[in-house]
Amino acid sequence: MDFALSEEQCLFDTMLRGFLAEHLPLERLRALAEATPGFDKPLWRGLCELGLQGLLVPERFGGSGLGVLDAAVAAEALGAAVAPVPFIGLAMATLAMMQAGSPTQQDAWLPRIADSEVLFGVGFAGLAGQTGAANATLADDRLSGHITSALDCGLCSHLLVVLGDGRMAIVETDDPGVRMTPRPSLDRTRPITDLAFDNAPAELLNATLDTALRVLDAGRVLLAAGTLGAAQTMLDRAVAFAKERVQFGRVIGSFQGVKYMLADMVTMLEPCRGLVWYAAYAQDARNVRDAGPLEARLTACHAKAHLGDVARDVSRMATEVHGGMGFTDLLGLHFWFKRIAFNRQILGGPERCREEAAILQGWAA
Amino acid sequence: MDLTLTDKHRALRAQVQGFIRTHGQDSPKPGGGRKRPDSKTLDWQKLLIEHGYAARTVPRDYGGFGVAPDVLDLAVIAEAFSHANLYQGLTNQGISMLVPTLLEVGTEEQRRQWIGPTIRGEVIWCQGYSEPGSGSDLAAASTRAVLDGADFVVNGQKVWTSSAHYADMMFLLCRTEPDLPKHEGLSYLLLSMRTPGIEVRPLKTMTGRSEFNEVFFTDVRVPAQQIVLGRGKGWHVANITLKHERLMIGDAGKMTHRLEQLVALLRSTTTNGRPLIDMPEFRDRLLKLQGEVLAWKAHNLRLLTEAARGEESGVKRMIVKYGGTTLGFRLSALAVDALGAAGLAFESRGETAEDDDATTWNIDYIYDVGLMIGGGSNNIQKNIIGERGLGLPREPKVQAASTIAPAVAPAAITQTAMTPAAMTPAAMTPAAMNRR
Repeated sequence: MDFALSEEQCLFDTMLRGFLAEHLPLERLRALAEATPGFDKPLWRGLCELGLQGLLVPERFGGSGLGVLDAAVAAEALGAAVAPVPFIGLAMATLAMMQAGSPTQQDAWLPRIADSEVLFGVGFAGLAGQTGAANATLADDRLSGHITSALDCGLCSHLLVVLGDGRMAIVETDDPGVRMTPRPSLDRTRPITDLAFDNAPAELLNATLDTALRVLDAGRVLLAAGTLGAAQTMLDRAVAFAKERVQFGRVIGSFQGVKYMLADMVTMLEPCRGLVWYAAYAQDARNVRDAGPLEARLTACHAKAHLGDVARDVSRMATEVHGGMGFTDLLGLHFWFKRIAFNRQILGGPERCREEAAILQGWAA
Repeated sequence: MDLTLTDKHRALRAQVQGFIRTHGQDSPKPGGGRKRPDSKTLDWQKLLIEHGYAARTVPRDYGGFGVAPDVLDLAVIAEAFSHANLYQGLTNQGISMLVPTLLEVGTEEQRRQWIGPTIRGEVIWCQGYSEPGSGSDLAAASTRAVLDGADFVVNGQKVWTSSAHYADMMFLLCRTEPDLPKHEGLSYLLLSMRTPGIEVRPLKTMTGRSEFNEVFFTDVRVPAQQIVLGRGKGWHVANITLKHERLMIGDAGKMTHRLEQLVALLRSTTTNGRPLIDMPEFRDRLLKLQGEVLAWKAHNLRLLTEAARGEESGVKRMIVKYGGTTLGFRLSALAVDALGAAGLAFESRGETAEDDDATTWNIDYIYDVGLMIGGGSNNIQKNIIGERGLGLPREPKVQAASTIAPAVAPAAITQTAMTPAAMTPAAMTPAAMNRR
């Protein structure tokens, strides 16, 4: 009976962060950001050796059989390093398969996910507060239409497409009926891709609106975890900088103007860790503290919204603490700033998520 | 991570719900507080302790319920009470601050004498900390206590002393070793407010009530064995107490209850026939606050888990008072805005009677400002978070460490933080200045 990460989760976190620190120095990040599609293949291969691709895949299909909370621990570490890897899209596709795939589909797909044979991008045509085109239609197992700004499509082999009514389908990216247009993304470490389908063959999952929302919620929690990691790095770097930078004969962290900004940042950010854990745990438990599935939906919406807002403030203030250096490209701080900005909008920004939270509680129609 | 409700928790919840059905009508109105408990409140408190819904983890030998701390037990109880809008038992400085302090560093005799009557609400304590010359710079306290035979003789003045006008006892921070550096010269005494030589003058606050006081000491005799932990250990004891005060003030359970009340208020209040919860401007503020309350609730689960494991929570604990009081103010601010012009009728019925809802919200709204200042002002909290939590250097000192502020010197209320940690010497060297 406790509310803390387990020893195994802490060890996993330490191992992951150690690996990322070693394999993703700033120069490497910078080089990757110059090139498209914001995907570090060798890094991802290394992370797959640590088991990231099959983290959520049940053991009988060759995965680790872990839960969304473990995935959130990973997502936080990846966010802390602004790692250019397609972890969240793959995690969402895995969950979709586990929750809506037939036994045959699960037999076919889950081992391939665990073996790194396939990589998934995710596109929502509705449900997730899209602002661009989201008009895909599905008829006779054929998909047509457009989806703007799909997630993790960098070098994916397949797409998970979620329709506005909750139906979910898998599409092969090299089918002639699929056109993928990578767009230069604000966050150069995370690709966005516009998708166009013209009668593309689609493998339908047995999804209901409820299962689609579960996939969406898990994705939102993982994005919130990534945002938490990125914001924590920005705060840590601002604290380190404030202890080092000297002006007027004193390190700037001794000035209350700077010290209070840092105190405000940690006061905002630290409670977010509990919120992300709780929201992730609720995804796994489904009926946390007998509160029913509503708790999982509600906390996913709030985690995504609240982290989006807090991290925006933290990213702005951490940059300010660094002064002119923070605004330059030299320190690379902007990679974290942009990751936070990216995660805020993907799968619905705070306003959209809060509106859903209001509807869930009967506060809005 | 395991928040599974076991059969034990479900049984506890059923038990609490049964208790609420049977006894709920005897509950005093929640909130308000800040006054001497009446007989209804004392009876309720006694009932809560008997059932383990108050003083749950205080050992039975000292009058508590005596079960091992369990994060979910507390959550299950608090949620049931909060949901039924029932009074969750007394929270005052004796219960929330002195009792845990005595459990941590009191003598066996002190625990046996004071913990029972305190948790039952029979003995009310006040906190003798702040002085006119030592507010935020608490360690500069200059109220003197001189040993004379078997007694300490106390002279000086305290201020902002909540509940002193009805308290039975005081825990007092005073200077017993004037020749030692300021943090080492303090002691922590327990004394009766009925001792001759104590004069209490109520201070009227911006709520219109007198929640706190000035307390004057003239040759007040305190038996020497009523010291906690020993001479010169007062700063250490005071910090243990303050740690508990800050957790009390930033209480997440209180915020959850307030949010529930706020939802009800936005549903029931209408403008032009339309409930406020239908208006996006109000609803959005409510939802933002709900997200924050959820975050603090989860944070509280983390702190409770760490406390149960005997782990130090460090900066996670230090942020509670600052974060909690500012959020509390924003919650009551939304309530005041929801009440609108109709909520401006302010008819406080003083400390002895229950107020109407609008007045209660307005008093909370105003009192929350006091909470941001009391218990170590929020600016001091930011110093503590920055310096002790994040390891940032202190502001360069203006006064020498051993200088004790005179009894009345408003200018001495500086922003010095409460740690004796020295400023990083490297920060002032020419080498450091030239580093960049």
